[in-house]
Amino acid sequence: MFAYILRRIFYAIPILIGVNLLTFTLFFVVNSPDDMARMHLGEKHLTPEAIEKWKHNRGYDKPLLYNDKAEGAGKFTDTIFFTKSVSLFAFRFGSADDGRDIGQDILQRMWPSLAIAVPVFIVGILFNITFALLLAFFRGTYLDVWGVILCVVLMSISALFYIIGGQYLVGKMLHLVPISGYDTGLNSFKFLILPVIIGVIGGIGAGTRWYRTIFLEEINKDYVRTARAKGLSELRVLFRHVLKNAMIPILTGAVVIIPQLFMGSLLTESFFGIPGLGSYTIDAIQSQDFAIVRAMVFLGSVAYIVGLIMTDISYTLVDPRIRLD
Amino acid sequence: MNRYFSAFWFRPLLAISFITLLLAVGPELLGVKSAYLTTDKLIFVLFAGIVLLVSYIHQKKHLLEPWRQVFRQRRAMISLVVLVTYASIGMLDSIHFRTPLPDSGHDNQQYSVESLSVLDVMLDRLRSQEEKTYSAPFAAYLYSKETITHADGSQSREYPRLVYGGRHLADPARDRAGDILRTSLIGIVLGAVIGKLLCLLLAWRIARASQQKVMALWWQIWKGQTELPWRSLFLTLILLSIAITSAWMLSKYYHVFGTDKVGKDVLYLSIKSIRTGLVIGTLTTLIMLPFAILLGILAGYYRGWVDDVIQYLYTTLSSIPGVLLIAAAILSIQVYISTHPELFTTGTQRADLRLLALCVILGITSWTGLCRLLRAETLKLRELDYIQAATALGVKNFVILGRHVLPNVMHIVLIMVVLDFSALVLAEAVLSYVGVGVDPSTISWGNMINGARLELAREPMVWWSLVAAFVLMFALVLPANLFSDAVRDAFDPRLRESR
Repeated sequence: MFAYILRRIFYAIPILIGVNLLTFTLFFVVNSPDDMARMHLGEKHLTPEAIEKWKHNRGYDKPLLYNDKAEGAGKFTDTIFFTKSVSLFAFRFGSADDGRDIGQDILQRMWPSLAIAVPVFIVGILFNITFALLLAFFRGTYLDVWGVILCVVLMSISALFYIIGGQYLVGKMLHLVPISGYDTGLNSFKFLILPVIIGVIGGIGAGTRWYRTIFLEEINKDYVRTARAKGLSELRVLFRHVLKNAMIPILTGAVVIIPQLFMGSLLTESFFGIPGLGSYTIDAIQSQDFAIVRAMVFLGSVAYIVGLIMTDISYTLVDPRIRLD
Repeated sequence: MNRYFSAFWFRPLLAISFITLLLAVGPELLGVKSAYLTTDKLIFVLFAGIVLLVSYIHQKKHLLEPWRQVFRQRRAMISLVVLVTYASIGMLDSIHFRTPLPDSGHDNQQYSVESLSVLDVMLDRLRSQEEKTYSAPFAAYLYSKETITHADGSQSREYPRLVYGGRHLADPARDRAGDILRTSLIGIVLGAVIGKLLCLLLAWRIARASQQKVMALWWQIWKGQTELPWRSLFLTLILLSIAITSAWMLSKYYHVFGTDKVGKDVLYLSIKSIRTGLVIGTLTTLIMLPFAILLGILAGYYRGWVDDVIQYLYTTLSSIPGVLLIAAAILSIQVYISTHPELFTTGTQRADLRLLALCVILGITSWTGLCRLLRAETLKLRELDYIQAATALGVKNFVILGRHVLPNVMHIVLIMVVLDFSALVLAEAVLSYVGVGVDPSTISWGNMINGARLELAREPMVWWSLVAAFVLMFALVLPANLFSDAVRDAFDPRLRESR
């Protein structure tokens, strides 16, 4: 197991290098730092000195890949690629345009983000599986047919509508919870409840349909027929046999959701004014702070790879036949 | 020669050449200057491709059968009508031209900078009837108060009458409800008549194709006794025609969905947004499809280092959360566009390039899923007997790929294409909200929602732009989802077994 995890981490390195090369190309090769400086400074105060100063402040005044002015190893380390891209591997993100340390900001903003993403993830999966089991139990009946159509309808509604509609209904009309904002500790609960509910509802359509197909696929397998032949009730078959055997595809699907969670948090956090990573990213995009976007791209892919490894490990927990070696 | 007449491509190719000719010389004949954008051209390429494909499928019985199965479902038939309506609106909105300026005194004719589309001309009334600022749907008064100077010189703060909305009413408070009811009744009756005429025309066409008597078929359809659910199609057609006609009648006198901040008709904006949504939903797929198919089957077929390289590529791309990759790419394209202004002559062209760039980037983020599926399927296929036999007979690799592998993975491609469409339309709205979507000057549902979002806090609330955008988006995405469901049921053999 340990060797397996080590090997997976080893495999992750070329992928992360690829991600870095990609962002490096996007931000420094497609557009030279001069172009970025011009864009940032605007047309008014455009002097060569201002551009140089802008580049120097951000450390963009070095050569891209190879510095022939520097000595020894400095030929490679004293370049934009090394200082801006390679240092990401050490989780050194540098500083944002307003001078704040990105690493510190991320550490601080991680918690509100997790406080939304984790409940949405867990509660969402529980709800989706429950509904999917219900539909699978009544498969072929009108309840199933209309349930699936309802899922499609829910899927067809824009995520923005769920957020705006929920905010309006619960926050503005019923005055149950504040519309936006955040607080620390237990007080944060009343700020978090609405985003979490909306996140769960927004995902129900696609999730239920997805799990339903998984269950239906399992239901037609031989072991289920055997279980029924033994005289087990349908409920028992569903919960004891089908659910257990469907765990592998369920877990595989869970990783697929991780990037979507990020997308969700991007929207909810900015609508509800929660100081998490999502709103951090949106603010960075809107103020064109490239350093933050680069850091978030890197972190995002790290999270995805960690998610993949965790999925593989969780396979061994639900299915003892799987050994990682 | 006869061989060519009966070939599947003969008639569609004739039609396509005719349409191309019409698009090329038509505008000049009408005295305007054609100004097709890059996305326009791509849309017509896509359209030509679809026509050829439909004609090909029509001739091959084994390809036609799953499609018949799709259309045997009522849902699919209804969805198709709605989707075709949207597509036609999008196509009309893709024929751009520039009108000649009155008389400029020069020898050579000058043309206006603003490019219009055929849809703009059809909706000219909606486009030109601008108010000052917000007004509610069907309102006769402006949303905000203004100081009005009366004839006797006295001034007062009140809601001014709209320039266009309800201007024919003497006393809006008294006459408005009755007038709306009357106009929409006329619209409904007119729409029903037009719809029924369309249905009759269609029934006549079906009857001719299946060599039946028209009236006999007509009654069969209304009793629901036909193999394909034509009745559902006809009912949808009539309902749609009623909706469109009554909206058309009402928009003569009112702003059906109100007006936005600068007084533009919201109905017009939400109809114009259709093209943007369709472009993103279809062109993205068109762009990514060749890569996904080629790389997917190459990886699965050759295995070895080819497989390793391709797997590395898509694992790397899919490990970045889509929004972030799109954000990163759009940001750098923004810089590129703003530092290279010399590349574009008009603002429309610049916005169009950004739309195309968005499609390309969305394509880059979305090809990985299809590629992975195709690789897995090809891995399975290459071990099958018929491919082993082809290899043993010395058939060249690329012939095997083209003739034996590709046709057998096409059902996966089709399912993914229709599944992706609705997701892409929805993604546009979210991305435009985040600020990495289409150009702010492009009319799109995302931009409408984004613009209306801040106005929700006003009292009374300005809800109409938001609702209009959501409703029109929903009316496109829901049929697309239902249709893709039907397609998947018919084409996915694995699911068919499990029923």
